[in-house]
Amino acid sequence: MNRIRLFDHLVLMLGVFVMVAPVVVAFMTSTHDAADIHRNGLSLTWGGNFAETYNTVLTRKGGFTGEITGARMIWNSLILGVGFAAGKIVLSMLAAYAIVYFRFRLGTLFFWMIFTTLLLPLEVRIVPSYEVMNKLSLTNTYTGLIVPLLASATGTFFFRQFFKSVPEELLEAARIDGAGPFKFFIDVLVPLSRTMIAAIFIIMFVYGWNQYLWPTLMTTDERFFTLVRGIKQILLVWVGSNIPDYNEAFALAILAMLPPVMIVLIFQRWFIKGLTESDK
Amino acid sequence: MASIGIKGVSKIYNGGVTAVSSVSIDIADGEFIVLVGPSGCGKSTLLRMVAGLETISEGEVTIGGRVVNDVDPADRDIAMVFQNYALYPHMTVYENLAYGLKNRRTPKSEIDARVAEAARMLELQPYLERKPRALSGGQRQRVAMGRAIVRKPSAFLFDEPLSNLDAKLRVSMRGEIKRLQRRVGTTSIYVTHDQLEAMTLADRLVVLSGGRIEQIGAPLDVYHRPATTFVASFIGSPAMNLVGGELHGSKLALGPALLDLGAAVPAQGALTVGLRAEDLRLHAGSDGAMPFRIDYVEELGSQRLVHGFVGDQPMVAAISSEIPLPETASLSIAPSRLHFFDTASGRRIDWTIAEQGQAAGVSGVELAAS
Repeated sequence: MNRIRLFDHLVLMLGVFVMVAPVVVAFMTSTHDAADIHRNGLSLTWGGNFAETYNTVLTRKGGFTGEITGARMIWNSLILGVGFAAGKIVLSMLAAYAIVYFRFRLGTLFFWMIFTTLLLPLEVRIVPSYEVMNKLSLTNTYTGLIVPLLASATGTFFFRQFFKSVPEELLEAARIDGAGPFKFFIDVLVPLSRTMIAAIFIIMFVYGWNQYLWPTLMTTDERFFTLVRGIKQILLVWVGSNIPDYNEAFALAILAMLPPVMIVLIFQRWFIKGLTESDK
Repeated sequence: MASIGIKGVSKIYNGGVTAVSSVSIDIADGEFIVLVGPSGCGKSTLLRMVAGLETISEGEVTIGGRVVNDVDPADRDIAMVFQNYALYPHMTVYENLAYGLKNRRTPKSEIDARVAEAARMLELQPYLERKPRALSGGQRQRVAMGRAIVRKPSAFLFDEPLSNLDAKLRVSMRGEIKRLQRRVGTTSIYVTHDQLEAMTLADRLVVLSGGRIEQIGAPLDVYHRPATTFVASFIGSPAMNLVGGELHGSKLALGPALLDLGAAVPAQGALTVGLRAEDLRLHAGSDGAMPFRIDYVEELGSQRLVHGFVGDQPMVAAISSEIPLPETASLSIAPSRLHFFDTASGRRIDWTIAEQGQAAGVSGVELAAS
């Protein structure tokens, strides 16, 4: 018994090491200054430059226009992540509600059409999408960043499955209780889907937060740069004999990790519930 | 409070399947009607048409004299209790009870008063702040009934409300439903497949089979005078013995036995004879008229069910468990307890005979209960 436990722990420790070590290395390295990193490479010791580096990253106005700070980029990423997740949830819940509860012609066909778009990644339609946004002059706006990515086959599918598992009698009881389609949705379905919403929120927030290609395409104005773009920006300054600001890139990467981690920590209880148990 | 009229109502599904065909029932104000039948007989469909959850293909449903065919369920002034309770799982008991009233824009003070009254009636006061998942099955069922009561509707519709409960709870909830309905005096339609539930609850029974009404009547009427072989075999436990027989004048040939009825029956020749297990009496030896070959015995405690054969026809007799089982046995029955049915149509053949103390064909002394 004890031997098995020891082995279990070894496996777990190996897993933890593989997953956490790179993060620790990145964090430790980010506390050294750029020259040090350039000379000695990655480092596992505390460099003592923590305050300076992070302060610079968050507050120094950089970029070509000299207006963009790390804090601003975090803010932009947050708007993108939250807007993305919230928008996707609202849209896919409404779509799933229509598909499950309203018997309109070709409803199933429409569902499968939505479902098959799962096979098409964003990259496939990125040029036409950009063209549309450009024509609507929505480039360099939050609307342009968020709206074209909102339609979600995954979300619609998850909510459809969930709504289908809600007992029919609940709808009938609500009908007899005088709740119309809107009231039933707001008073019964939305509260019942809480755990599901939390689960999808996490997935979609992380997905939105990590978007790289679309924001790169949509935003030329540095005021709309997201954090993920910002990291790339720093490493691009490889001009002449300049040493790239490795420390700042590492610091930004660490900062970029924090919000998704926090979201997962906060929502994980609901997340697990939403994916495993149906609370009815 | 209102009467309910069901006139020639049919339900024909898109595929052409007829679930209910031209059913007519007049339900008086305050009456407790039980729709009973095997699964798939259309009883739930009929109830759901009254509730407005299914469209009515043909015919007319009136509630309180108003035709409600095209009225929304919420506006029919009915309340329904579902088999799986259908409580809103995210609302407390109080919110569950209040939801329907809130949607009708009832003033808060009145909601409070009505919920309090229903909670008192159903002894739910300690649980008002709980969520349904923290309640037992019986309590959930009471909340479901409470949700119906607070609305003060003109009719209650029950869709097999007790089938999810265990046997013991079912009996006590059955009593509670009956008492409650007496107390509030609301017209009720109750659907069940359990004939015992139907017998005990109903003012009038409606026995359905294959989407048609087999018989409507008071429970005891239906029990004593089943209109068809279907009703005869469905109502009563154990089911009525239905065997082939032949009438010659006032003599009935039942397998090897010949019973003297002592009166004429308005039929002759082959027909179906119904004998309730509890009307049969068991005799040792060949004292009874019908020689009975015992196959096996079911002990129920208060009585025992003796399964066996008269000739080659299976027969069940319910006898007191105090009577010792003889090696060779025979059965007898009072002629007035015999039911006759037309074999082809299954319809009852009415006949009358003066109730006699003596069982048909008993020649010897009845076996004492000692």
